[in-house]
Amino acid sequence: MKDRLMTSTLMISHLTKTFEGVKALTDVSLSVASGERVALLGHNGAGKSTLMKVILGLISADHGEVSVCGAAPGNAAAREHVAYLPENAAFHPALTGLEQITYYMRLRNEAASGAMDLLDRVGLAHAAKRRIGTYSKGMRQRVGLAQALIGHPRLLVLDEPTSGLDPVSRRDFYALLDGLAADGAAILLSSHALTEVEARTDKLLILSGGKMVAEGSLPELRREAALPVSMQLHAINGYDTDIMKAFPAAIRANGVLQLACSQDEKLATLARISKLHSKLADVEVIPPSLEDIYSHFSRRDGQ
Amino acid sequence: MIARIFATASSELHIARRNRWVLIAVLLMVVFSVVLSAAGSAPTGALGADRLSVVVASLTSLSVYLVPLVALLMSFDAVAGEVERGTLPLLLTYPVARWEVLAGKLVAHTAILVVAIAAGYGAAAVLTMFADSAATSGLASLWRLTWTSVLLGATFLGIGYALSSLARRVSGAAGLAIGLWLGLVVLYDLGLLAAVVADNGGGFTTKVFPLALLANPADAFRLFNLTASQAAQAAAGVGGAAYAVPLWQSLLSVAVWPLISLGLAAMAFRRVEP
Ligand SMILES: Nc1ncnc2c1ncn2[C@@H]1O[C@H](COP(=O)(O)OP(=O)(O)O)[C@@H](O)[C@H]1O
Ligand SMILES: [Mg+2]
Repeated sequence: MKDRLMTSTLMISHLTKTFEGVKALTDVSLSVASGERVALLGHNGAGKSTLMKVILGLISADHGEVSVCGAAPGNAAAREHVAYLPENAAFHPALTGLEQITYYMRLRNEAASGAMDLLDRVGLAHAAKRRIGTYSKGMRQRVGLAQALIGHPRLLVLDEPTSGLDPVSRRDFYALLDGLAADGAAILLSSHALTEVEARTDKLLILSGGKMVAEGSLPELRREAALPVSMQLHAINGYDTDIMKAFPAAIRANGVLQLACSQDEKLATLARISKLHSKLADVEVIPPSLEDIYSHFSRRDGQ
Repeated sequence: MIARIFATASSELHIARRNRWVLIAVLLMVVFSVVLSAAGSAPTGALGADRLSVVVASLTSLSVYLVPLVALLMSFDAVAGEVERGTLPLLLTYPVARWEVLAGKLVAHTAILVVAIAAGYGAAAVLTMFADSAATSGLASLWRLTWTSVLLGATFLGIGYALSSLARRVSGAAGLAIGLWLGLVVLYDLGLLAAVVADNGGGFTTKVFPLALLANPADAFRLFNLTASQAAQAAAGVGGAAYAVPLWQSLLSVAVWPLISLGLAAMAFRRVEP
């Protein structure tokens, strides 16, 4: 078990891809180990989909090396073990959900009798015998998810899997991923919003303008970004000016005094604030949001 | 491999059934065959041929137009449709070879063609034999027409897949398919006839013309059936040249064309970037 966790299912080093002069990926390196959930973040056009298509062998890279389950991307051996959920997954509108999943199962040499169970796992059993043409976007996304679960993929590559899902389905989706990762699958998923990824991934990668600008767990990224902490001081009536005198940098907005300080100064600032406790009604400490951290990294290098 | 081809074929059959292609193909073949057998079997006896052979000659002329048309209508969407719907990238990440995908589509579309052809010719045969019980002697030519029609259909399915891969857009593929159909089964013959008339029995008529007929799968199909059933005199126009070309040559063209067109289709599909 320990051994399997150590080996990387997906390894990418120094990957570069250019489309007619547009640099979609520049010197990207990453690895995803068995049982690991990795989220790839980046704005639209950051290169997430391109990176995934290279991993699947749908497009070829200009430079760099990619190894998928020990094989070259797109190679028959790699395709045996890799499941893909494309961005905006599309299916033939004339097929029913059940027929579509049955087809995919037969392509993977799996007994088609399990198709209904699979649809049930993604909450589509009730619509299994309806044409996909009548499905909503969220339902099509679930068909895409169901086909990615066929067999026992060793690597799942999921391009914006939670777009089109409501918050409850999103939670179910992450629960599903937990199960897959616990069984040893390596998971790479992308998103253009950090808030969609939740804290249930093991590692975050931030792509910006085709470059990898940050890599690590959420606490690590939070530390590395070192974004200022914001504080809101609610003064007791009449004491506003006293507090403004003590903190000349504070800004008054909506009847509240706003103050920002770096992570290192946080405790010292709080100590100074507590000396004014008789003049204060309340104090709120607001840590940088996930979205702030994400913007910090994705803006740093990419233009 | 076989399992994956049949998986694709069964999925394609579901789609064709829902899109009414099965119904359309069968109806087209039955309606035209029945009309022809009713109209075409009137002037009999004088030619010394049985009624069914005469009907087969008319069915041959009909099938030259209709079978390629039905085949192209079923196939032009095969690759371009997947590209346009965005279903191709996902399919290509499955452990299935591209040629297996095409083979699966071919199995499904050929099965539909077989059903349509059998229904059309079968209806014509039943009607004819009902009117003339001696017509059973024409069954051999009807059988020959049936299997060559399936080969002709397979040829045009392959051409349709190739065009669909080259066009990458459904509208473009449809335009190419209609253009090719017009070119190969209508304009080609008109051009040849014009050249033969202008040549007035010269070198073109004796040397180039037979080769030109063999090079076109639709003409080779007509040539083979007319030569083989010795009913050439019942047909007019290009069919009159049937005696000039030995039977084995037209048979070879009819048999080899499906391989060529399907090979081209596989090559064109391999070059499609998802
Ligand atoms: N087939 C293509 N041809 C030309 N440019 C492309 C192609 N695919 C992607 N790009 C460009 O590559 C960049 C990255 O795109 P993409 O990988 O789709 O980003 P993301 O998925 O992060 O939104 C964009 O600038 C996009 O315009
Ligand atoms: Mg994308």
